Amino acid sequence: MNKPVLTVSHLSRTFLTGSRPVPAVCDVSLTVGSRESVGLVGESGCGKSTLARLITRLDSPDAGTVTLCGQDITRLSGASLRRAYRDIKMIFQEPRASFDPRLTLGTSIRVALHAAGFPRAKQTEETAHLLREVGLESSYADAQPGDVSGGECQRAAIARAVATRPRLLVCDEATSALDVSVQAQIMELLRTLGQTHGMSFLFISHDLALVSSFCTRLYVMRGGKIVEHGATGHVIRAPRNPYTRELISSVLPVC
Amino acid sequence: MRTANRAAKLRLAVLLVLVAVLCIFCLAAPSLLPNDPSQAHLLAAKQPPSTRYPFGTDWLGRCVCSRVLAGASTSVFSALTIVGLTLAVGCAVGIVCGYFGGVVDTVLMRVVDIFLAFPGMVLALAVAGMLGPGLKNAVLALAATGWPQYARLTRSYVLSLRQENFIHAARLNGQSPASILFLHIFPNAVRPVLVTASLSIGGTILNLAGLSFLGLGALPPTAEWGSMLADGRGLMQQAPWLIFFPGAAIFLTSILFNLLGDSVRDVLDPLDSQRKQYK
Repeated sequence: MNKPVLTVSHLSRTFLTGSRPVPAVCDVSLTVGSRESVGLVGESGCGKSTLARLITRLDSPDAGTVTLCGQDITRLSGASLRRAYRDIKMIFQEPRASFDPRLTLGTSIRVALHAAGFPRAKQTEETAHLLREVGLESSYADAQPGDVSGGECQRAAIARAVATRPRLLVCDEATSALDVSVQAQIMELLRTLGQTHGMSFLFISHDLALVSSFCTRLYVMRGGKIVEHGATGHVIRAPRNPYTRELISSVLPVC
Repeated sequence: MRTANRAAKLRLAVLLVLVAVLCIFCLAAPSLLPNDPSQAHLLAAKQPPSTRYPFGTDWLGRCVCSRVLAGASTSVFSALTIVGLTLAVGCAVGIVCGYFGGVVDTVLMRVVDIFLAFPGMVLALAVAGMLGPGLKNAVLALAATGWPQYARLTRSYVLSLRQENFIHAARLNGQSPASILFLHIFPNAVRPVLVTASLSIGGTILNLAGLSFLGLGALPPTAEWGSMLADGRGLMQQAPWLIFFPGAAIFLTSILFNLLGDSVRDVLDPLDSQRKQYK
């Protein structure tokens, strides 16, 4: 396998609710290779989102390491963490909540470009270019997040995420809040962007059908642990873990 | 939805114009006085309203109308100063506590708890009592006891904002803490706090009048509405105009600022903008 973009090894995170410790992520290891799309599936509350927050260092793990593009980012902070963030971006479930309600979509994208050190004179031009790249007219730059549809807002969020040309895009239920036809469009957009920019994906979802159509490898998570992983076709056709079997059989067939 | 919003904005515009008129009036009041507000005419004491003295005269024969007008700027601008000071200090403390957390948060919030454990006016009385009477001290006392509630409020808004995905996205953008604070946290947290502040202007005018009424505000012969009420209440039966006019001035001004606060809330209301967001 080529050199991995992301290596997570033995990651653990325990929350305290009251005085009772709740292990949300327990000794999780996974890798995402260069230009690879990896899926992470599991039911609600299994620790997927906590894992996503640990990988993006929005939260800090109790144990284990996160290695991004060969650099251990587990203990980074301040300016060096901000530099490392150029290589990783996250797409959130609720597209409108991922934009500051006060700012226009264009301003939010310009802020991202500015933070990445993009020259000020070219920011407006680049914003229009990014919006076109995700299939939005450049006039969307002047819209507020509340003025556009969920799908359009998610496209803008993707435009902002790819502004710094990241190596890895973590999608945390990125299409779950959208209706099915828009879902397919967004997935197609991500696939195209992944190819043109050589991005890798860690696709987190409870939707097995969606993930298996998009990802080459699959991790199945339950109760904070990885219970099964392997090539997508392999996991779907010959699941070894009883929970995976249950998950697969719960997908409704389209007839 | 849109039309209701426009009506609210129109109402806010009208009230802002009225407040601007009030402020201009307060500034211009010294040149509108029919008589010298401090000049005593013992021969003309306790006269009912007339053309010479539109609001009558007090027990020293001073023109009540002139004193109400001269007191306008004292009352209104002192109240605005108090609200401005509490807002600035409270917001700063709340944002620092909410955003950085840790030991600073714990220490400052315990101080806030201590302040909030006392009824505001009692604490203000104690502080004003320690500082001694005088308008400046009354303003300081009310400001010193008013900021903790704003600190609490701002902190809670900042704490909930910190969990928002757009703040996470900003961190992943690689934005510096200062950029996140001034671009995203501060403008979003200050809006609801601003609403509370504009609602409290009316109450502050009353509190200041209250302190002056108890003799801890403006010192004689400075005209101030609260102290005019206090001085006139002994003569309520013989010369009711002594308390009617300053009372009416306090009433009208605080009503105006309360309406302004309501209107600011209608336009800037955080819940309303949420509803718009998820429409």
